[in-house]
Amino acid sequence: MTDMKRRTLLKGTLAFGALGMAFSAGLLTPRAALAAWPQGAFEAKSVDDALKALFGSTQLEGNDKINIKLPEIAENGAVVPVSVEVAMDGVESISILAEKNPTPLTSSYTLNAATEPFVSTRIKLGKTTSVIAVVKAGGKLHSAGKEVKVTIGGCGG
Amino acid sequence: MRKLLSIVAVLGIAGALPQAATASPEQDLKEMRAYFKQQFPNVPFEEYRNGVYALDPGARAQWEAIEDFPPYELGLENGKKLFNTPFKNGKTYASCFPNNGIGIRQNYPMFDTKKGEVVTLESAINDCLTANGEKPLKDGKGDMADISAYMASTSRGEKMNIVIPNDPRALAAYERGKQHFYAKRGQLNLACADCHIGSAGKHVRADLLSPMIGHATHFPVYRSVSGALGTLHARYEGCNSLVRAKPFELQSDEYKALEYFESYMSNGLEINGPTTRK
Amino acid sequence: MANKMRVVAKLAGDVTTVKALIKHPMDTGQVKDKKTGELIPAHFIQELTCSHNGNVVMTALWGAAISKDPYLSFRFKGAKAGDKFTLSWVDNKGEKDSSEAVIS
Repeated sequence: MTDMKRRTLLKGTLAFGALGMAFSAGLLTPRAALAAWPQGAFEAKSVDDALKALFGSTQLEGNDKINIKLPEIAENGAVVPVSVEVAMDGVESISILAEKNPTPLTSSYTLNAATEPFVSTRIKLGKTTSVIAVVKAGGKLHSAGKEVKVTIGGCGG
Repeated sequence: MRKLLSIVAVLGIAGALPQAATASPEQDLKEMRAYFKQQFPNVPFEEYRNGVYALDPGARAQWEAIEDFPPYELGLENGKKLFNTPFKNGKTYASCFPNNGIGIRQNYPMFDTKKGEVVTLESAINDCLTANGEKPLKDGKGDMADISAYMASTSRGEKMNIVIPNDPRALAAYERGKQHFYAKRGQLNLACADCHIGSAGKHVRADLLSPMIGHATHFPVYRSVSGALGTLHARYEGCNSLVRAKPFELQSDEYKALEYFESYMSNGLEINGPTTRK
Repeated sequence: MANKMRVVAKLAGDVTTVKALIKHPMDTGQVKDKKTGELIPAHFIQELTCSHNGNVVMTALWGAAISKDPYLSFRFKGAKAGDKFTLSWVDNKGEKDSSEAVIS
């Protein structure tokens, strides 16, 4: 934990990094941390802008140890089940972005040491897009992506 | 009989399809099952209760992922709570139903020979409320869907068991439901049968059309489209609107008769409501 | 409140799998109300905090692109049967809720 503190301080902490550090140090209550919800990242209109706001970097390293479970064709764009499983150690965070959504960043998860690098949720996709998982581990940003087709219904509504 | 024959002529449905004009409900059911067995030889009978998920593995995988921890659980909890909450007069829903309302969903709709009308589960819930001095619930979404969902959940695994008593009024209601199913309506001039018998398993844009057997087993449904639990009549209303026909009132005679017909056609399939759909 | 959130924390060996379902509209602020024609204002959960015996194991930051009646699942190590798991959330309007589950 001390290493992480030092590393984030050296890099020049961004709101998100400070949040993660503060949580693991147990310094902030959820209520106070609300002020640090990264609005810039969530309102960014491109993947690059969202990454810049979240991590201060757009440098991603493709990594096949990131497994994204997503349907090939989403049955309904309003509820698309997505899971990210990472076969790496030292994962600090997992973020899920939908490239063609008006604001790509859907969510970001900060894990502590005891938490497995896995997360599952259901997201809204506006159109056919690549869903990108960005994993922060070992001081780097690793990523993988998967295409999902989002269709227009005919009679279902 | 002649009226039904003319409907068939108007529809121009090919000979292989179950016809609107046949001798009896039992015969109709036999023909309907035979038709679908021929259409989908690899789909086991019990799978029809899962609708399109019996036909599309990609869609099924997503549905199973959602069913693992389904969004209707919260509505279901609410339904259970409401079901067990006493009315102002101290009684509960249990007092209105056989077996205290548990494990009976598969018997609805039933034909009430005293009243001379079809009784759906939702109308029975409302009869119970008014008989106990409470306000009836609006069908479609909300508390009615939640209570119906709870009652359906207690019947999971039970087989749909709709009875058409030897009463001309019951038979007439069944026939009215059947006529509704086969009659063209709306600006798009489509009958339920066109999509759910004739084109079952085919696509309408990106939507897969479900076979009509199994329609009635899995309601109420939590639809991703609406983000809420909805009853069967709410779905009928939606479907009528989609072919640009004026929908009927929920729990109207028309929809009750349609449900009676559809549920009879789902006999022998396990109740699996509530569930999720796209 | 009984039916606002459903949290289950199941232990298998050393790993606890958490599954949570929260009743929340997750409105994006981009959708018009069919009746009034007005935009339904954004109303979505922004932050979730997951704790085991008082220690935070995961924090999630959410945007409005998470589906209505949102679902979350993740796994963590080091719990014993009988330990407490807590999930709290706050939304963009400052509304919040919290639920506790016994790890079993």
